[in-house]
Amino acid sequence: MATLTISGLHKRFGTVEVLRGIDLEARTGEFVALVGPSGCGKSTLLAMIAGLESVSEGEIRIDGRLVNSVAPKDRDIAMVFQSYALYPTMTARQNMTFGMESRGVPKAEQEAAIKRVAALLQIEPLLNRKPGQLSGGQRQRVAMGRALVRDPKLFLFDEPLSNLDAKLRVDMRTEIKKLHLRVGKTTIYVTHDQIEAMTLASRIAVMHQGSIQQFDEPQVVYDHPANIFVAGFMGSPSMNFIPGELTKVDGHPAVAIALAGGETAMLPLPQPPQSRPANGKVVLGVRPEHLFRYDPNLKSQKAGLAMLTAPVEVVEPTGAETHAVLKVGEREIVGRFDPDGAPRLGELLPLGIDMAHACLFDPDTQALIRQGSA
Amino acid sequence: MVDATYDIALDPLARSASLRYAAGRIAIYSFLGFFALIYLLPLFVVVANSFRELPEITRNGLIALPHSFSLKAWPQAWAHYCVAGTCEGIKRNFYNSLIMTIPATIASTLLGAINGYVLSKWRFPGSETLFVCILLGVFMPGQVALLPWAYILGNLRLSDSVYGLILVHVIQGISFTTLFCRNYYVNIPDDLIKAARIDGAGFWRIFAKIILPLSPPILIVTVIWQFTGIWNEFLFGLVFTGGTQQPITAALVALATSQMNAHPYDVASSAVLIGAIPPLLIYLFGGKYFVRGLTQGAIK
Repeated sequence: MATLTISGLHKRFGTVEVLRGIDLEARTGEFVALVGPSGCGKSTLLAMIAGLESVSEGEIRIDGRLVNSVAPKDRDIAMVFQSYALYPTMTARQNMTFGMESRGVPKAEQEAAIKRVAALLQIEPLLNRKPGQLSGGQRQRVAMGRALVRDPKLFLFDEPLSNLDAKLRVDMRTEIKKLHLRVGKTTIYVTHDQIEAMTLASRIAVMHQGSIQQFDEPQVVYDHPANIFVAGFMGSPSMNFIPGELTKVDGHPAVAIALAGGETAMLPLPQPPQSRPANGKVVLGVRPEHLFRYDPNLKSQKAGLAMLTAPVEVVEPTGAETHAVLKVGEREIVGRFDPDGAPRLGELLPLGIDMAHACLFDPDTQALIRQGSA
Repeated sequence: MVDATYDIALDPLARSASLRYAAGRIAIYSFLGFFALIYLLPLFVVVANSFRELPEITRNGLIALPHSFSLKAWPQAWAHYCVAGTCEGIKRNFYNSLIMTIPATIASTLLGAINGYVLSKWRFPGSETLFVCILLGVFMPGQVALLPWAYILGNLRLSDSVYGLILVHVIQGISFTTLFCRNYYVNIPDDLIKAARIDGAGFWRIFAKIILPLSPPILIVTVIWQFTGIWNEFLFGLVFTGGTQQPITAALVALATSQMNAHPYDVASSAVLIGAIPPLLIYLFGGKYFVRGLTQGAIK
């Protein structure tokens, strides 16, 4: 069992700084997802953990041992690549034994490892086939098998599901989760897909422009995003951002937002903000699932429900739920509605906003303004 | 019935179109056939002359339809004809060429593969510049290197020796073989190398176990290219070797220019054909791989 500790990690290519001071730690058996848009540095970070990229500054420790200048093969890691990187001229079995042969593992031990892993991944019938004769999902399994025969301290996954079609991706995602529950290895998983990160990880590190924006448990990242970037990146459809101003209604804190025609809507805040930006300006963040068709019954169930009216611009049924684009002031916001009683095109919708789940951000620093009694 | 009326209605138009098409095809193929004939004519003359009797050639002229048939010229050319005082035919020169071409082909191909592997998969600061420098060799005519080679071979005491020619051809060939292999290896995904490094394989093990097994298409191209190139090359052979050390191409030049008595057109023709057989065989057996290898892209 193993831990990974990264502190003050920098990576520079010439004058370009790709990673700007990364601090990260994975506890024994933990599943950490590195998630972010392309170019955020997540794959570089993974390559540095693997030893495929050199360290410009900072420390990487596996199980407390400083591995900055240790060769990849001596770090006791295994990696699954986006392209699978199976050796095309070797059979699945040879792909899996290649590493053990390089390290001089005795034949009998190799056989035992192949047997164990093939049974675990149910790939016994594929062992004598070459990668060219395998489907995408089968290649994925063999690639994981190649990583598993090693019994490494650390598992590294580099976007392993992005080359699969949508349905297979969901299946394999579940497989990886099951596998992790069974094997219990410390795992670092790079993905650009926030749903993969949410479903798989015990903790998520959201990366943007070479630094970690937030590192926390999935639900915390989702419910209390550290800043506007994280809030917008996690969740689909994205969180809606509405510019507003902090104010008071009957002595209670509220957010005032501008509606079309110069009107202003006052949305009361169930929990007072812990801090207040200098000019009182804030960005109100509301997730699509916290928008409802307003009715008084709902108001009695949800304490923080605020109400305004918004014209419906576009309606997109997806089957399980219906997405609707609504106009609030100059902005378009997206809501997820139950298909029963979903907004109709052209309707002036009485819109309920669940303010108990809304987030406030400082428009200057982009950071979350915490709410609740301090 | 309905179809028939329909056909008739369109018939004149369709007929003239198909006629025009046929006429065009006939024109194109006769044009191509004519030029193919011109191109093949010299080969025909040489093959015919190798089977004609010398007196008949001198009587009817070099370019004439054969009126006699004889196999005498072939063994004569192979083992008995006298060039510059030695009467051993071109046998020895043929072996010289084999002794020179085979190791030079293998060595230059292997070196090209290793160079290509380094320049595509183990890049280092300046490796692109180095590649451009190596590429210059592709565009440099061989005669530019004549004097430097004369100097080097002289100092190495390898002038007038087949081994000297091996060295020359290996070095001269590296530019091409490196270019071929490097461009082929660039298309091999880098992830394979990374995976192998994590698997604990080093530089040579990755080359032997992963890169080489993927290489047959490009190695066949390189071997054919090098073999025919080195075999057919005669400038270096002519300049740096003489007599018993000459490769076959240089010997053919000597044979063609030594005019003691009547010009031996029959023997010269068979000698030329003997000299052309190995590259012809290589191309016959490897030709389809050559085209396939040159056009083959990335390995998935």
